[in-house]
Amino acid sequence: MATVAQNTATLAHVEEHEHHEPHSFWRKYIFSEDHKTIAKQYLISGIFWSVVGISLSVMFRLQLGFPDMKLSFLRPILGSWIDETGKLDPDFYLALVTMHGTIMVFFVLTAGLSGTFSNFLIPLQVGARDMASGFLNMLSYWFFFLASVVMFVSLFFETGPAAGGWVVYPPLSALPQAHKGSEAGMTYWLVSMALFIVSQLLGGINYITTVINLRTRGMSFSKLPLTVWAFFLTAVLGLISFPVLLSAALLLIFDRSFGTSFYLSEIFIGGEALPNVGGSPILFQHLFWFLGHPEVYIVLLPALGMTSEIIATNARKPIFGYRAMIASMMGIAFLAFIVWAHHMFVTGMNPFLGSIFMFLTLIIAVPSAVKAFNYITTLWRGNIRFTPAMLFSIGLVSFFISGGLTGLILGNSALDIQLHDTYFVVAHFHLVMGAASAFGLLAGVYHWFPKMFGRMMNDKLGYIHFWLTFIGIYLVFFPMHYIGIAGFPRRYYAFTSYDFTKHIFSDMNSFISVAAIFTFAAQWIFVWNFVYSIFKGRKAPQNPWKSNTLEWTAPINPGHGNWPGEIPAVYRWPYDYSKPGAKDDFIPQNVPYSQTPESNLPHENELIPLEKEIEAQNLNDQFKQPH
Amino acid sequence: MSDVANHITIVEEPEETLSMNPRKFILWLFIVSIIMLFAAMTSAYLVRRAEGNWLEYTIPPIFTYSSIVLVVSSLTMHWAYLSAKKDNFASLKTAITVTFALGMVFLYMQFQGWVELVNQKVFFVGNPAGSFMYVFTGLHAFHLITGLFVLVFALVAAFRLRIHAKSLEQIQIAASYWHFLDILWLYLFIFLVYFH
Repeated sequence: MATVAQNTATLAHVEEHEHHEPHSFWRKYIFSEDHKTIAKQYLISGIFWSVVGISLSVMFRLQLGFPDMKLSFLRPILGSWIDETGKLDPDFYLALVTMHGTIMVFFVLTAGLSGTFSNFLIPLQVGARDMASGFLNMLSYWFFFLASVVMFVSLFFETGPAAGGWVVYPPLSALPQAHKGSEAGMTYWLVSMALFIVSQLLGGINYITTVINLRTRGMSFSKLPLTVWAFFLTAVLGLISFPVLLSAALLLIFDRSFGTSFYLSEIFIGGEALPNVGGSPILFQHLFWFLGHPEVYIVLLPALGMTSEIIATNARKPIFGYRAMIASMMGIAFLAFIVWAHHMFVTGMNPFLGSIFMFLTLIIAVPSAVKAFNYITTLWRGNIRFTPAMLFSIGLVSFFISGGLTGLILGNSALDIQLHDTYFVVAHFHLVMGAASAFGLLAGVYHWFPKMFGRMMNDKLGYIHFWLTFIGIYLVFFPMHYIGIAGFPRRYYAFTSYDFTKHIFSDMNSFISVAAIFTFAAQWIFVWNFVYSIFKGRKAPQNPWKSNTLEWTAPINPGHGNWPGEIPAVYRWPYDYSKPGAKDDFIPQNVPYSQTPESNLPHENELIPLEKEIEAQNLNDQFKQPH
Repeated sequence: MSDVANHITIVEEPEETLSMNPRKFILWLFIVSIIMLFAAMTSAYLVRRAEGNWLEYTIPPIFTYSSIVLVVSSLTMHWAYLSAKKDNFASLKTAITVTFALGMVFLYMQFQGWVELVNQKVFFVGNPAGSFMYVFTGLHAFHLITGLFVLVFALVAAFRLRIHAKSLEQIQIAASYWHFLDILWLYLFIFLVYFH
């Protein structure tokens, strides 16, 4: 029988329990099959990519906010993309927005978020020694690494990286002669994304298999933490939608490199007709958004799962509506596949079809609202501890609501005619998907840092980081809604040359740019805190947040195999916080009901005889050595 | 309220945690991703076909024969599995080899199908109706080649006597994947014939 007390007692001789032969440096830190190391590799790659991605956005914000500014000081980095008069090259502006979108959506918020926390938390929270296949897991990271290298290299081409927007619509992306960015940059984009998709599929297959097959004794699906539920559903979404993007990319590659006409038809360049006939560019949009929309939830669901956990822990209350949370995540995951055409309302779609997609889209508001209310009711009258992770989680709830409300407006096919491709859309998805997921990522880092590195991050710096970021993000994206309603289209190099934009909102655009630079600057506090704490942070205690989930029963620095002895069995759900009658305000999942007679409810007392059966179940230990 | 709570008695059975073989489970998830890849392709085909301007051509009969070859190879694959179950190593090795050979024959016939398409002046570059034909057959052939590699691994294992009645995991995985590739081709072929 594994209890907290016994587990902490075993910690003293963790070192002696090291029963696997020590790995060489390369096997331990580089080509590691250990899920914890792979998670850290993903996290550090994600932080690197987020610095690159946000820097690109600062560059184009300078252009948008201060169109007359001399940008000569950027020449050491951008070289000839800044011309003699100090102006940013308009072609490169398009490359900047494209790469910002691609990097942030795929490399930071998909790989950096799911890659880090699915890898780190799934085995630790379901009670497994490692992922189902450590080898596939390692391959997953290195495919991602390869995709990263290819994408990074493309930034330095003379013709620039891909520049057709992160959605890479043909014909712009299919014809190398269409745009500088459609030359080598686009080829590398496609190669990189194909590698990325392989990486995500390998990772996702592993996550699903681990959650289904490697749960410890007693860990039924109704006792899984919401984090694991979220990672599981995210992986299912990825497994179903990423192959579709691969199909779309494959056909695009054939069109680009072999002269087929899947997406191309009757195009004239310089008065000359191209040989391609019979293709349909709308076909690409259907295929792309069949991935593209679930991708939004691939980015957001892990953040929602982690913040559910963090909010319940730090409000010292059971999560409100555990089953409703699961049901709403399932609802969101299902609806994600049947709403893709709301990105295409203005493609000449049949208005009747548009109204069907509008209806389906607006239904997403129901499970989303369930989640938002459950967050708020969990916070309601809780003994809230404002740790940095908790602040970021509450920040996520704020962004989720304020960004989600504008989703109701955009989901309306009539209103979308005015708002399509304006800054209103940009503001909407940056709040609800970008900032919310980024806050989930940051909350996760602050919360699980002690488990990852055995040290604590600095709280004071965390608070400063939170407030500067939270205020900064609203200062950036709130004004953007007004610019969007005024009809300012996204992806425009400058608004100074059009009559309808020439005289208005230039001051607000400058304001947004200043706020964006301010927010970017604030992130260095986090980077410093992260790096400093890895080496010099305060040593972490066993269970710093007094949390219930299984990862806190593992040693402070878990070795290969996570638990030195037997994997703990699970007897209760993970949200027994502030249970009336209990001596502590939390009861970890591995404490049996027979040890807590003072706080058991009548139906829980009836579960006591079943504990023997849980313990009698097979160990489900993939290393086949219960020690 | 507490009255109601006292009356409701929820007896929760401790559920045995699922312990399906993780490797087989991984195979099934991998199959799901391949299904989605081809589902996307075939729906793209339907969407594009509905828009008109669609080249009509006859599918070369060799594709029918190659389908038969592939179905037969599935049967020999099953023969391999049954032999492994009965610890009949000689017929296990023969069956895997025959399956592998039939797979190669299938690939050659697919290639001949392409040659006949070219003779009919249906090219990869041109009307998407023809391009889709090449993409479907080509992508399936690519997956079939991965299936051949799985067979080679199974054959090596059979020679090292690592496949027997007590250790069927590898041959089961190889067989499931091979049958899947067979069914996938039949789906594509019937799809192409029906939506022609």
